[in-house]
Amino acid sequence: MEKVVTRHFGIENSQRLETYLQHGGYEAARKALKEMTPVAVIEEVKKANLRGLGGAGFPTGMKWSFIPAANPKPKYLVVNGDEGEPGTFKDKYIFERDPHAFIEGVIITCYAIGSHKAYVYIRGEYEKSIHTLRAAIAEAYAKNYLGKAVMGTAFDIDIVVHPGAGAYICGEETALLESLEGKKGFPRLKPPFPAIVGLFGCPTVINNVETIACVGPIIAKGAEWYAKLGCEKNGGNRLFCVSGHVNKPGVYELPNGTTLREIIYDHAGGILNGKQLKAVIPGGISAPLLTPDQIDVKMDFDSLKAIGSMAGSGGIIVMDETTDMVWAAMIAARFYAHESCGQCSPCREGSGWVYRSIKRIYHGEGRMTDLQNLPGIVNNIGGNTICAFGDAVTMSIGSYVTKFRHEFESKIKESLT
Amino acid sequence: MEVVIFTAELLQQLDKITSQYEQRRAALLPVLHAVQEDRGFISPESEADVAQYLGIPVVSVHEVVCFYHLFHRQKKGKCHFSVCQTTACALRGAEEIIEHIEKRLNIKSGETTPDGKFSLTRVECLGACETAPVMQNNKEYKGLLNKKMIDELIDRNS
Repeated sequence: MEKVVTRHFGIENSQRLETYLQHGGYEAARKALKEMTPVAVIEEVKKANLRGLGGAGFPTGMKWSFIPAANPKPKYLVVNGDEGEPGTFKDKYIFERDPHAFIEGVIITCYAIGSHKAYVYIRGEYEKSIHTLRAAIAEAYAKNYLGKAVMGTAFDIDIVVHPGAGAYICGEETALLESLEGKKGFPRLKPPFPAIVGLFGCPTVINNVETIACVGPIIAKGAEWYAKLGCEKNGGNRLFCVSGHVNKPGVYELPNGTTLREIIYDHAGGILNGKQLKAVIPGGISAPLLTPDQIDVKMDFDSLKAIGSMAGSGGIIVMDETTDMVWAAMIAARFYAHESCGQCSPCREGSGWVYRSIKRIYHGEGRMTDLQNLPGIVNNIGGNTICAFGDAVTMSIGSYVTKFRHEFESKIKESLT
Repeated sequence: MEVVIFTAELLQQLDKITSQYEQRRAALLPVLHAVQEDRGFISPESEADVAQYLGIPVVSVHEVVCFYHLFHRQKKGKCHFSVCQTTACALRGAEEIIEHIEKRLNIKSGETTPDGKFSLTRVECLGACETAPVMQNNKEYKGLLNKKMIDELIDRNS
């Protein structure tokens, strides 16, 4: 299987410019800037069926084409490296193992959308990622891959690395823009969409780190090649992050059509201590749980959506047969209660209410009314908030309560006797 | 107005940060990180200093300091444990690790030992689930935690 984003991961000193150049580095950027028009770059990315790998799966080329070329304001590329979705840890590897491939993707993307400045927002905890990327950016400036008139063209580009400060909500793209402007991470109402009114009120594209890392290879090897790696409307490979009760947790680059069963059993070494699978989160904590009868699903955006879950951020969390699902629901609910930004009442109040109800049930103090009320509370958060965090609470917690209702019932019955 | 509130060295660092941004206020998060690095935590006085430096109201700094949990409003212990409690880590025994730290140090999450040597915070996902259970010890990631590793860290820093 051909690797794309992880192609240099095993090479010694893969983070250095010298190493990157030895492996054809910056040739794709040279090709884009010298031989292609911005429109041609966008068309190529559209044809490749590259989709947003932060979790939403929006077609990347289409997103770029929303930037109004005639708008006289500066245009910005903002890269979302906040990587806070529990179960997700792939962008960190890109920053630390192949920062120049990422930088090259930034250059090509900026050229395509007519931007001369990119901000890379990295979660504050990722000190090593921040440090490694800054060092690579300094190398790129020194050799004129960044800065004024790059690579002998008339194109100028600057990149700024911006550290976050520990708030899950800042992974939401408009909260990230607020945060980047020096404010609390409160998501913005849409419309207007960031393509029209984004950073500093200017047209802005926001892409995930992994998405950007795919751009160079697409330009170098062509859209057709990239599209063929994946399936139907979902080109390329994906970085799947596997954690929880598996023998070999880690990041695996695999084609989009790979099944969840293959990822768990063939790549991640199967369930820890030879136990049986009980449940699995397929795309970060916000993706509804799947049960063992559902794991033959292909892991692309459309297939997971078709069975009522989502591919999300590629974070797969595996739970074995010993897992108490009321306890697991409580952990997820605690996360949401802690991370709700507090802007919208249904989410601020609802997430805490959900957590307290499940906690009561888990600790043997629950009543049947708690369980009866839960679906109503949970369903009144999603769809009633500014951002998708509310929907995440509804989908995620709702799946525990629906699929493992018997465990909630038996906990309550035990506590009543 | 001449700013004399920061040391020359820190001021130079802050000027370099702010020069990267189109709007001065946008530098608030990296400026707060630099001030916290220099002073250990963000006091009300530091909030006022940062507000003056960036030319924004103190309340705009204060609400940001309160919103983001990497900004500390009190001094942390010299050896600070930020232990992840979210799903992947919880499945691999994070709660036992947290309880062990609490028992060894006789403190709860959010507290510091009276001698100022240790502090503990429960945190949500650190983005290192492949090494669960994981924590940040000060800023350094330490994964595949077990009680022995915690004991060694505590003994070494006592």
